[in-house]
Amino acid sequence: MQWETVIGLEIHTQLATQSKIFSGAPTRFGAEPNTQACAIDLGLPGVLPVLNAEAVRLAVRFGKAIAAEVAERSVFARKNYFYPDLPKGYQISQYEFPIVGEGRVEIVLDDGTVKEIGVTRAHLEEDAGKSLHEDFHGLTGIDLNRAGTPLLEIVSEPDMRSPQEAVAYARKVHQIVRWIGISDGNMQEGSFRVDANVSVRPLGTVTFGTRAEIKNINSFRFLERAIQFEVERQIDLLEAGGRVVQETRLYDPDRDETRTMRTKEEANDYRYFPDPDLLPVEVDAALIAAATADLPELPDAMRERFREDYGIGEYDANLLTASRDLAGYFETVAQTSAEPKLAANWISGELAAALNKAGLEITASPVTASQLAGMIQRITDGTISGKIAKQVFESMWNGGGDADTVIETQGLRQITDSGAIESLIDTIIAANPGQVEQYRAGKDKVFGFFVGQVMKQSQGKANPQQVNDLLKQKLAGG
Amino acid sequence: MHEQNILALADDLRARRYSSVELTRHYLERIARLNPDLNAFITVAAEPALAAAGRADAALAAGTAGPLTGIPIAHKDIFCTQGLRTSCGSRMLDNFIAPYDATVVERLAAAGAVVLGKTNMDEFAMGSSNETSWYGPVKNPWDHTRVPGGSSGGSAAAVAARLCAAATGTDTGGSIRQPAALCGITGIKPTYGRCSRWGMIAFASSLDQAGPMARSAADAALLLQAMAGFDPRDSTSIDTPVPDYTAGLDQDLAGLRIGLPKEYFGDGLDARTAASIDGAIREYERLGARVSEISLPNSPLSVPVYYVVAPAECSSNLARFDGVRYGHRCQAPTDLEDLYQRSRAEGFGPEVQRRIMIGTYVLSAGYYDAYYLKAQKIRHLIAEDFKRAFTQVDVIMGPSSPTTAFPIGAKRDDPVAMYLSDIYTIATNLAGLPGMSIPVAPVDGLPVGLQIIGNYFEEGRLLNVAHRLQQETHWHCAVPTGCA
Repeated sequence: MQWETVIGLEIHTQLATQSKIFSGAPTRFGAEPNTQACAIDLGLPGVLPVLNAEAVRLAVRFGKAIAAEVAERSVFARKNYFYPDLPKGYQISQYEFPIVGEGRVEIVLDDGTVKEIGVTRAHLEEDAGKSLHEDFHGLTGIDLNRAGTPLLEIVSEPDMRSPQEAVAYARKVHQIVRWIGISDGNMQEGSFRVDANVSVRPLGTVTFGTRAEIKNINSFRFLERAIQFEVERQIDLLEAGGRVVQETRLYDPDRDETRTMRTKEEANDYRYFPDPDLLPVEVDAALIAAATADLPELPDAMRERFREDYGIGEYDANLLTASRDLAGYFETVAQTSAEPKLAANWISGELAAALNKAGLEITASPVTASQLAGMIQRITDGTISGKIAKQVFESMWNGGGDADTVIETQGLRQITDSGAIESLIDTIIAANPGQVEQYRAGKDKVFGFFVGQVMKQSQGKANPQQVNDLLKQKLAGG
Repeated sequence: MHEQNILALADDLRARRYSSVELTRHYLERIARLNPDLNAFITVAAEPALAAAGRADAALAAGTAGPLTGIPIAHKDIFCTQGLRTSCGSRMLDNFIAPYDATVVERLAAAGAVVLGKTNMDEFAMGSSNETSWYGPVKNPWDHTRVPGGSSGGSAAAVAARLCAAATGTDTGGSIRQPAALCGITGIKPTYGRCSRWGMIAFASSLDQAGPMARSAADAALLLQAMAGFDPRDSTSIDTPVPDYTAGLDQDLAGLRIGLPKEYFGDGLDARTAASIDGAIREYERLGARVSEISLPNSPLSVPVYYVVAPAECSSNLARFDGVRYGHRCQAPTDLEDLYQRSRAEGFGPEVQRRIMIGTYVLSAGYYDAYYLKAQKIRHLIAEDFKRAFTQVDVIMGPSSPTTAFPIGAKRDDPVAMYLSDIYTIATNLAGLPGMSIPVAPVDGLPVGLQIIGNYFEEGRLLNVAHRLQQETHWHCAVPTGCA
């Protein structure tokens, strides 16, 4: 049987506020345990939450960035369950009335087609603390530094049909939250965590299969592998005549498998009800205007503009708009060099590879946008060939200065003097009578040998087009 | 000294007839003598009280004193007090010392009041007789075999027995007004949002409200003046100016429209209590008020609605008491479940457990709509009843409690009978309105309370209406035998 995979994601992204969502304690990462938790975060008796207006502003920004309805009135509710790192015995979240309603984001698939993924809702909530199971001799330590950290939970429609689409969507949301400055998106620090709802159904059927939820995945690679594993597990189960149970599962990256965390029967009844300590959140037009006034051009719009203005393909345009910094870098190179296609090729090729290898962000690139643009100009004006450019790029990467400096100090200027190239060719023809014989006898392949020789003797600097033309003339018996 | 009301005490202190330290010592001596029997205090804070009195004397000498400077008061043990145990009447918090003051505590301290100690209360304010306290029942100063009412029973008894000049209380369903009535004192529950809830241990957050318990409306006005006002630490606190309550006390009542809800005078109201209330109403007529019958048709639903909403909120509010970070923890827990179960089973008394279970039930999947949501809808209707009534009348009057103080133990095993003793007070909490109880003619030597309900933020009018009666009558001046 042919199976169809259905995936929906719940993404928890930490909002980039200075203080917590309901207290004045700082949200800085990595402090000593329990040094960033105040009486409110500890859930002491008699304390009360006060909503951080910045968290609301950031949620509104997100809503507008995904073309969603921002609720004029949203309500905080209590999600009740007992856990040692949940100090109040409930998490303050939003349930019936989230701040952000239905929206959508676009993903670009590998073949360059664009697919729209629906966002059901996004709501504000507080994070819990952390349980520490090591170093306590069989006991559990509790660190409440994270408790009360503002989160935006972004819930998608079950619109994704493969692990690759799920990753593309997660990356897209990651891109947006960083793009509009509402989250640092740091996955190692837990600022961006994904739960995946996965089910399979016979291809062509309409009803959904029973789903399993894989919790707390903190890398795109793990997301893909976890879903892949889960899909295979469910298909194997169904094909063997079994049934998928609705449950929560955890992905273990070491074993590359998912396993049961709790079944539906063990699931908590969260007993949600509106939090009587907090007033409904009112968002009016003025607040929306203030929150979105400095919203930058969004990635989808920018991607389309890149396609139109610079004539680059959907796939490249998507890559180049992965982050605002990268897009800005590209635009500088494209405009300064007046060669957008070359700029796109160099950035997504040579530069991306080098950055990736060095583990650097575009903002830390040793080759600046103007340096790269300068080098591209030297390609287009014929000063260097594309091949020599790689050498120039490498020197620039290693701190050799801008392209002109590298070309001069290393003598990489292209030889365009026909006389110089002709005399080189003459010498080579004289030295290789056998090959000349062969060529003239019709063995065209030998032509490449001559090109190679010329380039070798010119240390790659001879203009390839001129070499071609002149070689043809000379070998033809000129 | 203990016979004096706050205004007279303040005059004496300013005139240096005695110092605040002397006054405080006098009250501490009374507490030492009378409290072992009454059990009105859970914690007596002699040393901090004397230190605060010393500071008050310095302020009095410097001429920077206000009307509450150096006045000895007590706080219900539900208000967090920095460095002083806050038990909430529960074994769960027997070891809890808050690292902060409640806003109400902070404001009264800033006004110069001296805190003698923390008063006994029903556990987590859940009760109407003070019998659910982990620290044992409080005795009614008028008859030591009877309850003082609850949950602010310790504060009511302490004020009635002259163990402090005044005290703070909290009222979720009648917890200021019912004990005030049963102990013969004056208590006011302000509009929801008038006093900050910061640092006040939550029972039912949408209903809880702090208020003063005193010997007279004039004294209550002085305390409320200090307690009321916006607090950015409480999102439900309301940012509206606090009027000068004392300045408004003497206003003439001619033309005052009093509404008597027929539902508050039906079956279940003790006949002699009803007669006593009638006597007070006649006084008001004499003062120029016009009395008319009104109807609050949904009021019979207030008790069932309350016993859905309040337990629902309490089941969640009390979840933080899990034995993990503070409060009672069971001995040698075997695992997490055991830690939770035994810490909570040992830490909470039966009434608190009952309400947690009711609350958990009504919020459960499949029951939420039938109970919680429905209760919220009826709550809205109850508020609408009052809204309509206040288009016809200025204040609503009726009994604070259907009976006088009942014997200790009489209703302990009958929770429903106990719940019905708040039948007249609960609706105001559900609507968020201010309500007050003042003493009227006693029945068989036991106090009776007249309840006065006002429109939102009309505390000033309630105090005025109460004060005018207290100028004309002496019911509020009666002192229990042995406490004079």
